Amino acid sequence: MRRALRSEQGGRIDRSKPLDFVFNGKAMQGYAGDTLASALLANGVRMVSRSFKFHRPRGIVSAGVEESGGLLAVDHGTGLQPIVRSTQMPLVDGLRAESQNCFPSLNFDLLRIFDVTRSLWPAGFYNKIFKWPNWHVYEWAVRRAAGLGRLPDGARSARFCHMNAHCDVLVVGGGPSGLSAALQAARAGEDVLLVELDVEPGGSLLHDASGLDGQPPLAWLARTLAELQATGNVRILTLATVVGYYDCNVLTIHDRVAAYRREDPIEVFWKVRAGRVVLATGAIEQPLMFGNNDLPGIMLAGAMQKYAGRYAVRCGQRVVAVINNDLAWRSVLALPGAGIGLDAIIDSRHSINDALLDQAREHGIDVFPGASPVAAAGSTAVRKLQFRDHDGRARTIACDAIAMSGGLSPTLHLYSQAGGRLRYDQRLACFLPQECRQDVVVTGAANGEFATPETYNIGSRKPSAANSSVQWVDFLHDVTVSDVELACRENLRSVEHVKRYTTTGMAADQGKTSNLNALTLLGELTGRSPGEVGTTTFRPMFMPVTMGAIAGVRRGEFYAPAKRLAAHDWHATQGAVFEDYGGWQRPAYYGSDRDACVRRETLLVRQAAGLFDASPLGKIEVQGPDAAEFLNRIYIHSVPTLKQGKVRYSLMLNENGIIIDDGVFVRLADDHFLLNTTSAGANAIAAWLEEWQQCEWPRMELVINPVTSQWAVVTVAGPRARDVLCSLAGMTDLSTQAFPHMSFASGVFEDGCPYRIQRVSFSGELSYELSVPANRATGFFERIWDAGQPFGIGLFGIESLMILRLEKGFLHVGGDTDTTSNPFDAGFGRVISNKRGDFIGARSLQRAEDRRNDRRQLVGFEVVDRDAVVLAGAHVVTGTGDARRSEGFVTSACHSPTLARTIGLALLERGFERGGEEIQLYDQGRLVTARIVDARFYDPQGERMHG
Amino acid sequence: MLRLDCPFCGTRDEAEFRCGGDAHVERPGQDVSDATWADYLFNHDNPKGLHLERWCHVFGCGQWFNVARDTLTHEIHAVYYMGEAAPERYR
Ligand SMILES: [Zn+2]
Repeated sequence: MRRALRSEQGGRIDRSKPLDFVFNGKAMQGYAGDTLASALLANGVRMVSRSFKFHRPRGIVSAGVEESGGLLAVDHGTGLQPIVRSTQMPLVDGLRAESQNCFPSLNFDLLRIFDVTRSLWPAGFYNKIFKWPNWHVYEWAVRRAAGLGRLPDGARSARFCHMNAHCDVLVVGGGPSGLSAALQAARAGEDVLLVELDVEPGGSLLHDASGLDGQPPLAWLARTLAELQATGNVRILTLATVVGYYDCNVLTIHDRVAAYRREDPIEVFWKVRAGRVVLATGAIEQPLMFGNNDLPGIMLAGAMQKYAGRYAVRCGQRVVAVINNDLAWRSVLALPGAGIGLDAIIDSRHSINDALLDQAREHGIDVFPGASPVAAAGSTAVRKLQFRDHDGRARTIACDAIAMSGGLSPTLHLYSQAGGRLRYDQRLACFLPQECRQDVVVTGAANGEFATPETYNIGSRKPSAANSSVQWVDFLHDVTVSDVELACRENLRSVEHVKRYTTTGMAADQGKTSNLNALTLLGELTGRSPGEVGTTTFRPMFMPVTMGAIAGVRRGEFYAPAKRLAAHDWHATQGAVFEDYGGWQRPAYYGSDRDACVRRETLLVRQAAGLFDASPLGKIEVQGPDAAEFLNRIYIHSVPTLKQGKVRYSLMLNENGIIIDDGVFVRLADDHFLLNTTSAGANAIAAWLEEWQQCEWPRMELVINPVTSQWAVVTVAGPRARDVLCSLAGMTDLSTQAFPHMSFASGVFEDGCPYRIQRVSFSGELSYELSVPANRATGFFERIWDAGQPFGIGLFGIESLMILRLEKGFLHVGGDTDTTSNPFDAGFGRVISNKRGDFIGARSLQRAEDRRNDRRQLVGFEVVDRDAVVLAGAHVVTGTGDARRSEGFVTSACHSPTLARTIGLALLERGFERGGEEIQLYDQGRLVTARIVDARFYDPQGERMHG
Repeated sequence: MLRLDCPFCGTRDEAEFRCGGDAHVERPGQDVSDATWADYLFNHDNPKGLHLERWCHVFGCGQWFNVARDTLTHEIHAVYYMGEAAPERYR
């Protein structure tokens, strides 16, 4: 720490608690109570980083949320985090900070070439320069150079969480106005939540000694906090930022306090529903536009006062103030008392309050009324300032810091997010809240109460005219006055367009110190007042929020928790390779070599018997006197004609006639049905049935009961399936006479375990689906496994099941159909014409469009060169050259182990009338010839599954 | 983020509900023209202001009900049962 930069006394730092930290590898020291920014300044660090686009030197500009220069990569114990505002980062022992945007080092940065060649990169340069020959030529280099900071490598182990809260009053901002509002509400018995982004409430009271209601500020603060606490109605969050204000007074808070206390989880993202909201968000001092106004050492006047008053840091020895209002005078006149040498005040206003002039004279400060700054100079920090005095004479003054102020701008981002409208106040030269539909009030500086027009007297914030140096508007995105001028010359007038064209206000600070200057400038250039130009729309987030806080605990395995089979562990011991199918972790195959396993499992089912876990199969029971009639309106097949103990396959359509699900349904009793849906559709179909029942046919008497997870289901398929199951004690008579294909029975095994069994087949083999209560799953699987050993039983997974069904040409809804496929397209035309009565989608199928014969129809194909590979998604093409077009596409394809050739299904224009035709499949850049054939590739008469 | 009064469970956060679009949409019979059917399927109002819509308390009782809501102010004017007519002043 440089002794000269830190006062012996004063400030809210604890000199008995020195803290060690490292900046760019260099050991430094600060005190408890410091921010990283104040500690860097106390150590004499002027340049802390480099800018985003032109890699210009950057120093600390502010002492708060608006910081545009001191954005660093910081590790305070939970890994290096980019874009941390050093002005809001409490110093902690062992903290490590690094500069951003410099390579190889802060002082020697190769990408400064962008600054030297700046004239080549004007506003809109992306759109202008990178067009020839095309963007991809430049993309690699641009992506390398772009970006603010670096993401930490790998997953952070730090934990984050979410919280929900309610309160009567949410007070945003813990300055004097916020505290007063909180106290008033708490006294009235309201439940108050006060959110402060600093380490402690107090706001300006913590550094400005000028007093409140005639009391010493810290005494008032202590008394107010004590009374707040005594009411028992107030919760105070510190180091927490309200970042979003949504409809119905719902606000979000990014709470970082735990990180600095080294607690876990390190950050909390709150969602708060407030009865009413008080915005006491203060105001942000704005910079002035002059040449090189972005040099390190140039700082907001109020910030320089804050560093002196709160952190006892002297930001300069020979300071020049460049200001345009009386409030800034008060800030800079406090500097000499803190041991900071203030040499001169340059003010664009011609007449200045006598009392202020007297004070300046007392301190021996040169005052230049009616003067305007031209340009600052210096390489990595400001060394002098050129200005014109009121006579227009060019003058130069040496300095090591500049305190600037273009007046205040109320912090109304949240108000705007809430839907609040702003109005421009000519006399305060800023936007103020006008009206908002939500229950919100704005108080204090945010409401323009920082001064009266008489005690403020704000002057012009116009940039200095005809300046040969570059004047910066947006320090974070390196936007200049000439960029805005260029945008106007190119006829962009809307503030929203100018913002996007120049990118002003689009950086990580969302224009907190650039929006007002940009729109004032835009107004000047287009002959409009700032009020007429208007502001851009503010949107959440008010401040950047770590992705971890937004995600909370919902990451990794909690991001989308997988559903596991009841017998998951048993499958694992059998060598299952699990994959995600519709949210379920299901065995894809068993073994190690995928292709070999899938082939072996497929042939096993065709030749002996296979065991498959079908538990995720959707299962919905529908029961009641009107169940049959209700389901008759749901399925395209007739339901009332189904006999008890019988199973029928059918489709469900949406009201537009599109296939949305398929599966079998069983009549358990006259008034009781069990529906099977696809695994992926299980939840949605149950909800959809409820909607139809409740909203369209509420008088029908029935209940809908989803039971998918109550039952574990095993499919036993293959020529020996019956032999396997008959050996289970208590099994019903499975002979074909007693239990033909599409039959259902229920019973109880000898050990008391109830079961349901239905003879259905998705593989084309003799096949049974056997269900037991889910909590019996593992024992049940083991029992069948043991019973099947003499018959050569093996396990098969989803991958071989999909091949088995494709060899039979069975439909896979969502794979072989899309959101345009109706039952005609899938070959169910006869069913539709046989169906009596209304059902969902029926009327849509009467439309001429739905019955056109040139629609895409689902057909089977086999490739002519038996083993050529074709993947789903390949297009069926016709014509050549420019005339080539798609007639449809492959929906499923595989190399069939049973048939030893590549087969598939395709949705093809006029497919049904094109049997035997040769077609061209365009698959990943090559053409494959295929022939349209009967989709029942294997056992077309179905003798095996009926046997 | 709305708050809705489920007529069966009481006041709950919007996240527990699903909006099902227009309420009181009459499902035409099979004998209507293609145009009338298309109107039923595809054409819905998107008013600025009062909107009668149906909601389901999906992460609660699972029941559907009707809501008279202002799409501009988000004010909930009325909540009423499925099958019930809208309160007179909101029709
Ligand atoms: Zn409910």
